[in-house]
Amino acid sequence: MKKSNKLDVTPLSRPKIGGMGKTGFWRTFRPTIKKEKCTRCLLCWIYCPDACIKRGADDTVEIDYEYCKGCGICANECRVGAIEMKREVT
Amino acid sequence: MSKVIIDTGNHIAGFACKAARAEVVAAYPITPQSPVVEQVAELVEKGEMDAEYIRVESEHSAMAALVGAALGGVRTFTATSSQGLALMHEMLHWASGARLPIVMAVVNRAMGPPWTIWSDFSDSLSQRDTGWIQFYCASNQEIFDTIIQAYRLCEDKRVLLPAMVCFEGFILSHTSMPVKIPDQNDIDDFLPHYKPEIMVDVDKPFTQGAIVSPDWYMEFRYLIQEAMDNAKALIPQIDKEYGRRFGFQYGGHIEPYRCEDADLILLSMGTIGSEAKIAIDRLRKQGSKVGSARLRVFRPFPVEEIRKLTKNVQMVSVIDRQLSFGIEGPLFTEVKASLYGEHDSPLAVGFIAGLGGRDVTFHDIEKIAEKSLKWLKTGKVNKKTEWVNLKEVV
Repeated sequence: MKKSNKLDVTPLSRPKIGGMGKTGFWRTFRPTIKKEKCTRCLLCWIYCPDACIKRGADDTVEIDYEYCKGCGICANECRVGAIEMKREVT
Repeated sequence: MSKVIIDTGNHIAGFACKAARAEVVAAYPITPQSPVVEQVAELVEKGEMDAEYIRVESEHSAMAALVGAALGGVRTFTATSSQGLALMHEMLHWASGARLPIVMAVVNRAMGPPWTIWSDFSDSLSQRDTGWIQFYCASNQEIFDTIIQAYRLCEDKRVLLPAMVCFEGFILSHTSMPVKIPDQNDIDDFLPHYKPEIMVDVDKPFTQGAIVSPDWYMEFRYLIQEAMDNAKALIPQIDKEYGRRFGFQYGGHIEPYRCEDADLILLSMGTIGSEAKIAIDRLRKQGSKVGSARLRVFRPFPVEEIRKLTKNVQMVSVIDRQLSFGIEGPLFTEVKASLYGEHDSPLAVGFIAGLGGRDVTFHDIEKIAEKSLKWLKTGKVNKKTEWVNLKEVV
């Protein structure tokens, strides 16, 4: 009975940072956080599909522009309008 | 302690699911399968079975739920029939591609339209190429035994594939027969707790089945083929071990009946194979050298065993309770493919019988044998597939 053991039986993909390169340059719209409006509710952190919202120890948030593709989900989810999308590429 | 109970094929499949200690069951009801999952639901609800029973909105979702559960590292079970199985089609590929040892009872029901609830194998054989192992049963005892054996086979590290345990709707599903249920400790000993190698873990996340480039796709297909070959080698071993422990053995891939010195072998699947035994006994009494063989496993297809079985036989008559439109019965096709290139291979002829649940009696099987013997004697073989008891209106 043969059993190949060089390969996993099914392909498994494991997460890593920047597997596709720095995807920030795909961005057309750039999200910016108005710190004075932010209530630290963390909705943006929960909803960002690319884990580009960095959460600080005090629950303040920052955007990782190296990988943020500018999808705008964070701005859409923000209940207090603290995230603004600005055209970045002309 | 083992016990003998009298119950329907469907309920026996439910008891086998309990005996196998399935931990997640997701199912959607469809005639004639519904009593399987009703039985399981009852066992779970009464607290006799420690499992999560997921009520889903379709068969597609049932299999999707099991793919997730099996990736979570638990033993899983479902059951379906006919259009339900067809709706599940896409997820069948996900299960085999993810190499998950899911076991599913398929209560065979012909495909509609025209709408039908009665049996033939067109539902499960339409799923032939999904990478699932396929067993076909001929008694309620065999349903129980095969479900237990299927888990053992599928969870083997050399296999890791899902399996369908198929049995004919109403003919077995709603017919009561005595079945011996072995002692639970003995079953646990035969079928230990499932310990998967690949299992989702929130601390070490992964995605399964994500895109692979043309550089790698073929290798993963090859691994499934290799696993099927391994399953082929393991099936008779597991059958033998089960027989030694519990007293029921089915000949591995093929159950032969009075084939030793036969000139003609009738090859079939499911209950036609058990009905054929009556026909063979009657024909033997008249001096005809005929035998019957019942194929238990359609995938992996037992090519070598078919060759061995028919080595000294002049003719093999294949009875298909299924049809591949535009050619012939799929069992007939595969038997011929198995024999191709063999020295002195027997003549092979095909019969279509019992579609949509039409009865195939021992009288019909006798007629098939007599016709075959006549062709063998005269050398005038009908190469076109014969349709048994086809009405003259067509």
